[in-house]
Amino acid sequence: MSAKNKITITAEPGKQDLFVTREFDAPRELVFKAHTDPKLYAQWLGPRGYEMVLETFEPVDGGKYRYIHKDPQGNEYGFHGTFHAMSLESMVQTFEFEGYPGHVSLDSMTLEELPNNRTKITVHSVFQSVSDRDGMIQNGMEKGMSEGYERLDEIFAQTNS
Amino acid sequence: MVTYMTNIRRDVFQAIADPNRRAILSLLANQRLTLNGVADNFRISRPAVSRHIKILKECGLVVVIPQGRERYCEVRFDRLAEVTDWVEQYRQMWEQRFDRLDQVLLELQKKEQQNVRKK
Repeated sequence: MSAKNKITITAEPGKQDLFVTREFDAPRELVFKAHTDPKLYAQWLGPRGYEMVLETFEPVDGGKYRYIHKDPQGNEYGFHGTFHAMSLESMVQTFEFEGYPGHVSLDSMTLEELPNNRTKITVHSVFQSVSDRDGMIQNGMEKGMSEGYERLDEIFAQTNS
Repeated sequence: MVTYMTNIRRDVFQAIADPNRRAILSLLANQRLTLNGVADNFRISRPAVSRHIKILKECGLVVVIPQGRERYCEVRFDRLAEVTDWVEQYRQMWEQRFDRLDQVLLELQKKEQQNVRKK
């Protein structure tokens, strides 16, 4: 595979939004499919070491979603929201962590076709306030999630070698 | 988890939310200055500079050290690490998530190629 695609996070101090961008070595149709096919979605979204339960998944305008991350200790972390415009070019949805009810972000993802069958994803998350944005990311659960992801990466690396 | 919502924010994020405070920090990064020394570099009023220094002090980013008759402002940059940690944590979460998406896409493309060959 070519050099690893780098991720860029843009979170300006004092603002209530942030951007995440990254390119992928796959055509846009497939990137879209990985976001709208429940089996594929569950494969990459959940943190490692956690059980990912995709309870509801209706990736169409007006559809709902709810998923739960279960850690080995039996703790459950629920997330839910609503889908809005869903097309190859852009996917819009609300996002709410159930441990922090009433604090909802609006996530707009654009999928941009690049030459050589590549795709650029840009996620724009708008929070209700600056402290919502900062608080969401600072909270310990996210830290636990990223530790989980690292372990899954290792598993992937082993199965690929 | 919710308490910080109701308190007046006095953390690093509050400190760097204001462009004047960011400018004060970069000014003080290279030199320690008195309050007047800082104010001389800004168009905003001296009381306004003083207010910003006060907030920076409360956020733990600036300390004021008396020396003789003067009081010098110094930056404490270790607190700024909280900001990089915060973004770093989030970056890692997305990086790992997208690394896994890479794998899913790779598998999909392999399958598609196999299907083409079968046909």
